[in-house]
Amino acid sequence: MDQFLAQVLNGLQLGFVYALIAVGYTMIYGILKLINFAHGDVFMVGAFLAYFGFTAWHLPWPVAILVAMAVCSLLGVGIERLAYRPLRVKGAPKIAALITAIGVSFFIEYFSSLDFVFGPDYRLVPRVLPDQRWQLGGIVVTNVQVLVLATVLVLVALLQYIVYRTKVGKAMRAVAQDADAARLMGIDVDRVIAFTFALGSALAAAAGALFAMAYPQVHPFMGIMPGLKAFTAAVLGGIGSIPGALLGSLIMGQVEVLTAAYVTTDFRDAIAFSILILVLLFRPSGLLGKTEPEKV
Amino acid sequence: MKRMLAGLLAVSVFALTACGGAAPTGGSGSDTIKIGWIGPLSGEAKTYGVSAKMGVDLALEEAGSMVGGKKIVLVVGDDRGDSTEAVNIATRMLTQDGVSAILGSVTSDPTIAISGLADSYKVPMITGTATATKVTLNEDGSRKPFVFRACFIDPFQGTAAARFAVGELGVKRAAVLYDKGNAYTIGLAESFRETFEAGGGEIVAWQSYSGDDTDFSAIMTNVAALKPDVLYLPDYYGRVSLIAKAAKDKGLDVPMIGGDGWDSPDLDFATLAGGYFTAHYSEQDTREAVQNFAQQFQAKYGEKPDSFAALGYDAMSLLLDAIERAGSTDGEAIRAALQSTQDFPAVGGSISFDENGNPIKFAVLLQVQADGTYKYITNVN
Repeated sequence: MDQFLAQVLNGLQLGFVYALIAVGYTMIYGILKLINFAHGDVFMVGAFLAYFGFTAWHLPWPVAILVAMAVCSLLGVGIERLAYRPLRVKGAPKIAALITAIGVSFFIEYFSSLDFVFGPDYRLVPRVLPDQRWQLGGIVVTNVQVLVLATVLVLVALLQYIVYRTKVGKAMRAVAQDADAARLMGIDVDRVIAFTFALGSALAAAAGALFAMAYPQVHPFMGIMPGLKAFTAAVLGGIGSIPGALLGSLIMGQVEVLTAAYVTTDFRDAIAFSILILVLLFRPSGLLGKTEPEKV
Repeated sequence: MKRMLAGLLAVSVFALTACGGAAPTGGSGSDTIKIGWIGPLSGEAKTYGVSAKMGVDLALEEAGSMVGGKKIVLVVGDDRGDSTEAVNIATRMLTQDGVSAILGSVTSDPTIAISGLADSYKVPMITGTATATKVTLNEDGSRKPFVFRACFIDPFQGTAAARFAVGELGVKRAAVLYDKGNAYTIGLAESFRETFEAGGGEIVAWQSYSGDDTDFSAIMTNVAALKPDVLYLPDYYGRVSLIAKAAKDKGLDVPMIGGDGWDSPDLDFATLAGGYFTAHYSEQDTREAVQNFAQQFQAKYGEKPDSFAALGYDAMSLLLDAIERAGSTDGEAIRAALQSTQDFPAVGGSISFDENGNPIKFAVLLQVQADGTYKYITNVN
């Protein structure tokens, strides 16, 4: 029983990290109906910036994470401004934006692999916190686990506050509902979109930094799998819905860890993605998604 | 235009006959002997090749570039770690340069590619560092009689690690984790299991993972519950660091053992401090051959030799010793002399060859220190 609880805790840690990435996917989709495939790579850049903050720049770790979040929110806005907005202004079809997103993703990965950027090596992330473990009943809990869980909870609470309690959040929800109507009401749609990218990218960067602390290794292609899993989680929960992304991420984390623990590691990804297919067969718009005609 | 074509044709024909006519030279009778060296001096395995070449040059220098009264001419080829390039170079050395022996290559794939070639030309070949079994064996398991190596093969590391675990650490319950997509880690893991069980130990966890895994928390929670008293982690430094971190996180504080894949400045020394791994050589080994080599190397290059330099040095020394004893540059005579090598005092150990051209020698056991260095523990047979 203790062992099962320990595995659930492992799954929670993984699911929480996915959640931070998934909300970025889902917010951007909610507003632009665009799947931003470069999101996983923003996560990677966040992990690298945190790594440099911990090592080369000698920053205290909370500062390093904040720096990573700030720089990545600029990166997110930059991507939107340079790659997606020109297409939107010209009224290009949705598929063009989707292919552009894939292109941006590859560009970030391979540009980062160049020697004068991050370089292609796998780098070991030094530990920023002293090793600390607590015995809770039969479960071992580490300080990094506590830090991951607490940080994600705080950030998600903050996100909820921004989206549901602030003016810009209200504007985001208005644009998500109907961009043209929002524009007629005097909302600067482009600015709201830029803000959404900044917010989503900052959360992805935080996820990258936490990921690098929990699984201490960074490399330029580290964003692909977590990005894909988080995207799957967002679809599973109902893309466009923030609570859906959180729920989907928790399920993905648990399925992955419990499969590895009680079935075999070989099936880890196979089972996670099979569940996605099954859920979509019965609920095409995801667990918490609105049932409306899809227009991807 | 036509005339030019005809001219070109004539030149090509001439060149072809010229090539065909240049029969291997440097056989008996001349007072020089040609030895080919093949290894990566550029490309992604560059540092390995450069180190190995430094060891080879040092061995040549110590011999005064002479063997059996003949002057040694070293023909150098850069294979860039690429099998095709290695085959091109080896073909040129065998058909045009007329080398009496080949040293090389450094990594396993190019070495496998050229070993069959050298064997078919009946030219002895010895590699310092290629550890794959297929270097000296054909696909069907038969021996390539002219091919030798100066390093131990992959499965031996697992055997040596298991002997150390049972004999020196006195542990009884081992957990083995290996990458199911990597022949190196599977080879080490399987030979470890065999020897550990034969020594009376029990494998409590036999756990595979795949190459792109980063989250080992689920696996480690299960492994920790089985209460092993030793972990065997025969992977490269990056993944070993992640696995060891997960083990520590789950409260598993037992000795960890690995293979030469741990030997990297990027290993997580803080987490793996106290762990052991099998290696080819340690400069802290007190044997005379090692101390001599380390001093000479330091004096010539102003830096400490690594395993590749040591094994390059050994390969050249073994070859020169065999040519000396053969008293001839004939391929068959050198091959017979190499095969009958007895207890040659090399840096990597006292070397005799088994029936597969692999040295019968010990592995060095090193312990990882928190400050980023290794401590020499013992030699394991």
